[in-house]
Amino acid sequence: MTETPAKPPARARIPLGQRETVAGYLFLLPNMIGFLIFTAFAVVASAAISLTSWDLLSDPEFVGFQNYIELLTDDPLFRTVLWNTFYFTFVSVPVSTALALGLALMFNTGLRAIPLFRAMYFLPVITATVVVALIWRWFFNPDFGILNYVLYELGVDSPPNWLATRTWAMPSVIILSVWKQVGYNMVIFLAGLQAIPTTLYEAASIDGAGRWQRFRNITLPLLTPTTFFVLVISIIGSLQVFDAVLVLTDGGPANATRTIVYHIWEEAFVFLEMGYAAAVAWILFIMVFLVTLLQWKLQKRWVHYEA
Amino acid sequence: MSQPPSASAGNGPARVIGRILTYLVVSLGALLMIVPFLWMASTAFKGGSAFDYPPTWIPDPISLDNFREVWTIVPFDRYLFNSLFVAVCVTFGEVLTSSLAAYAFARLRFPGRDAMFLMYLATLMIPGQVTIIPNFILMRYLGWINTYEGLIIPTAFTAFGTFLLRQYFLSIPRELEEAARVDGASYFQVWSRIIMPLASPAIATLAVFSFMGAWNSFLWPFIMVNTSNMRTLTVALRSFQTDYGTEWGLMMAGSLLAMLPMLVIFLAAQRYFVRGIATTGFGGR
Repeated sequence: MTETPAKPPARARIPLGQRETVAGYLFLLPNMIGFLIFTAFAVVASAAISLTSWDLLSDPEFVGFQNYIELLTDDPLFRTVLWNTFYFTFVSVPVSTALALGLALMFNTGLRAIPLFRAMYFLPVITATVVVALIWRWFFNPDFGILNYVLYELGVDSPPNWLATRTWAMPSVIILSVWKQVGYNMVIFLAGLQAIPTTLYEAASIDGAGRWQRFRNITLPLLTPTTFFVLVISIIGSLQVFDAVLVLTDGGPANATRTIVYHIWEEAFVFLEMGYAAAVAWILFIMVFLVTLLQWKLQKRWVHYEA
Repeated sequence: MSQPPSASAGNGPARVIGRILTYLVVSLGALLMIVPFLWMASTAFKGGSAFDYPPTWIPDPISLDNFREVWTIVPFDRYLFNSLFVAVCVTFGEVLTSSLAAYAFARLRFPGRDAMFLMYLATLMIPGQVTIIPNFILMRYLGWINTYEGLIIPTAFTAFGTFLLRQYFLSIPRELEEAARVDGASYFQVWSRIIMPLASPAIATLAVFSFMGAWNSFLWPFIMVNTSNMRTLTVALRSFQTDYGTEWGLMMAGSLLAMLPMLVIFLAAQRYFVRGIATTGFGGR
């Protein structure tokens, strides 16, 4: 941002700096129009809508912070929604991160056929969540699905009725999400691992460090920025889980898998409670913002960057 | 560059066992990744009822009935076209607008540039659900519900793509453009004839992610469309689930058809996917 380009030669009467300024704005214009309308204006509008009661059929009615007050003090359903979202996030993120790290470490030992394996782990990543959720819904089918059949053959007498019970519905959504996410996180870890200079391992070997010591004292510390990054984007992504919930369980049974975005969608686009839904969306925004902020603060403290 | 840490660990029996275990675990994981897809394909190619017990893996006989029926009970070719058309337009729009903006941010100097760039960066963390309500109301006001405009235009701009391309443009040496400028090329010519060709790996990466994002996108088309013939594939599958919830043979055939185009693109452009995720970590969402 700070480097100085050599001045281009003058061609017309318009002064040089001005030509560059005009060109700059013109290049920016197409993107800026979309950005201003669909992001900048929309964020402000959404904040304004969250202060109203609006069903789109009549005019919006200004209610101040009523939606927020209600959400935070007098809305048991929203409390369930928050709990479900946290449950989903704080189980699926550590599990998928740990699995991805383990797999990346194994891939990084110089496996043969890496492209083939990687493609297999990537298949869920590139497929639409709606599609994989539909497949898993069939996979989880208690009567004719293959999963419970295999479990039964393996000696599980009464395998769970996955999607229809309050106990197992959220774990099912988590299993699907981990399965879909793990290949993606693995590729990020693999890139992080490959950026660690080989010379460090060689030096440590010469000094007599064993495999575990090398992992503990070289790989793990140098991989913290990557781990941290994976954790943060996974948390932010998990707070926004929607497609999987809609297709697998429709938020049920009895709201057991109703998450924040499912709640926003239903309130806004099924019940036309635009003000209430916008307020929920803003609470989600604030949560994402806090995670990002936390990242900035913690990054300085415990992330080891290469010197 | 990626000399594995264990490569220098000798060749004792412990190491051989370790290798075997590694392959075993990785293969088992890979199997878990594809088993649901195999189960989908198995069901899709079964004629008649999908409900057989005990479940069988190999359909006998292999039948295309489900595919034929999906094609006749819903306008599947129309959905395919909708998804393709929307994804191509969104990809084109995102690549064009963000590469123009990225050039301005990376190379041109004008008042307010850095402040505007920071604003772009700041919006990267805004969850899409925050803007979806006002944008939906805007589309309704413009009469763009159930139109291609409504499906395409609000999603054809990307702050992320602008950021990605700007970083790449900054890594391109300036000498070539300066020579071109001396020869009298305009800024636009520099962008189209020098920057864009040199940045083709980054452009390809952005293009595959834009395409995948648009192809797999669900929430926006789901709320934008309420007539059958404007559905994209993901929305169509969801409606299909609502209407024919127990017709698993049909649903699996539809799922298989819906994921095939993306699979083909992935196999053809695998390195761009991997590079994109490895360098940015974004994209796939």
